[in-house]
Amino acid sequence: MAYDWQPLILTLKLATVTTAILFLIGVPLAYWLAFGRFRLKAAVEALVAMPLVLPPSVLGFYLLLAFSPKNAFGRFLDETFGLRLVFSFEGLVVASVLFSLPFMVHPVQSGFQNLPRSLTEAAYTLGLSRWKTLTRILLPNIKPSLLAGAVISFAHTIGEFGVVLMMGGSIPGVTRVASIAIYDEVESLNYDAANFYAFVLFALSFSILLAVFFINKRALGPH
Amino acid sequence: MLELSLRKNLHTAEGNVTLDIELEAETGQFLTLFGRSGVGKTTCLRCIAGLTEPDHGRIAVGGEIWFDRTKGIDIPPQKRRVGFVFQDYALFPNLSVRENLRIALGDPKDERYLDELLELMDIRELERRLPTTLSGGQQQRVALARALARRPRLLLLDEPLSALDGETRQRLQNEILRIQRHFRMTTLMVSHDLGEVYRLSDRVIVIEGGRTVARGRPAEVFSNRRISGKFQFTGEVLAVEPNDVVFTLSILIGNRVVQVIATAQEMQDIQVGDTVMLVSKAFNPLVMKVDRNPGRLSPSRS
Repeated sequence: MAYDWQPLILTLKLATVTTAILFLIGVPLAYWLAFGRFRLKAAVEALVAMPLVLPPSVLGFYLLLAFSPKNAFGRFLDETFGLRLVFSFEGLVVASVLFSLPFMVHPVQSGFQNLPRSLTEAAYTLGLSRWKTLTRILLPNIKPSLLAGAVISFAHTIGEFGVVLMMGGSIPGVTRVASIAIYDEVESLNYDAANFYAFVLFALSFSILLAVFFINKRALGPH
Repeated sequence: MLELSLRKNLHTAEGNVTLDIELEAETGQFLTLFGRSGVGKTTCLRCIAGLTEPDHGRIAVGGEIWFDRTKGIDIPPQKRRVGFVFQDYALFPNLSVRENLRIALGDPKDERYLDELLELMDIRELERRLPTTLSGGQQQRVALARALARRPRLLLLDEPLSALDGETRQRLQNEILRIQRHFRMTTLMVSHDLGEVYRLSDRVIVIEGGRTVARGRPAEVFSNRRISGKFQFTGEVLAVEPNDVVFTLSILIGNRVVQVIATAQEMQDIQVGDTVMLVSKAFNPLVMKVDRNPGRLSPSRS
């Protein structure tokens, strides 16, 4: 029988977009948390780490409320930008970004923190600006952390279920990603289709993680 | 050329210490801050480089004010034009030796000066290598060359040779001296190695507990303090052998066994296993030149 590839393609699309956005947000946030000195730093760090312990349904529930056009913030987005995040692909992206934030921020932040302080200081005394120090010295020296952050965020987004279900429901071609499709197929007793999606996700996640461990081993081991 | 006065409270392992230092250096002078670790020598260098902010004080280099608390001046490290050689060298691991130097050149890139530095420091053949593949001595040379690539007004050396073995250390001391003379570079070094201070510095400032306790030429400063007319070693008695009227003692000093003669009177309360002090007065020492490279057969290590 012919399987419907659409949920899988949607999953990959969601994971790719989410990872790209997370990279752009997560790296500056990690830099700020690693080197910034400000009050409430602990509070910001706790907020970033929240998705690690929070049931996805809790995050999904509050996002659903916040973005609903019946509430002030959702209405504001709808009226000003024409953005309706509830039950849309864009909404899934926002939810996934928030939900995978610690998986990007934590490895990059510890990458920054594990670099010897003298590297930054040497760069400054040699006349390199903060920006140049970041792009020419710090980021190239934490490549394994950047890679780990990106890959794990990607894999984690593939594996999302609760938050996606709350925010997106299960609209085919829009929000019905593979993990949701499995649930739907099982509910309608289509074990064969469920198995197809499940197996592809299983194989995909395994290969991604295998690649990470392989690359890390090469990066850390002897040349 | 360099005028500095600074005060800063430091939290050290031995409690709070107030670093309170004033110093001046003329162009081309080699000045050393000497003292035990943890008394603020490195902090002093860091304040000059702009990496640490003093509580009070003023730092001026070549008539330019880099820091002045009362006037609220604090030039960022990027604008201070110092060549800082860190204790751990702080070479950029992602850049080759040449790129490490090149990034310090500023704009426009003066490739000829870069080549000159590579030649001068004898690291030309290492230019494509990554820092992690270099020996300690080689990394030290690269760090020094990189500091000079910046064309600094002031060279700051933070215990530059402390991580190296004796022979490499000696060789690099000569190197540092040669380079410093070549560029007539005003240099401020932190060290707790007396020999190093003696060989390299024009003037030395001895710091204890955050304060200057002595300053001047090394020979003046140390002549009454650490140099005396006798040698003194401490060792452990390994064996005692009676020998007619005297005793032959085998004493372990460091990792060598030394044999000396002792009289019965001296031996009265000394037993095997005791720790003893061996003292010799200055009037009858044997002084012999040590050949550093006796019949050097192996090719020189770079």
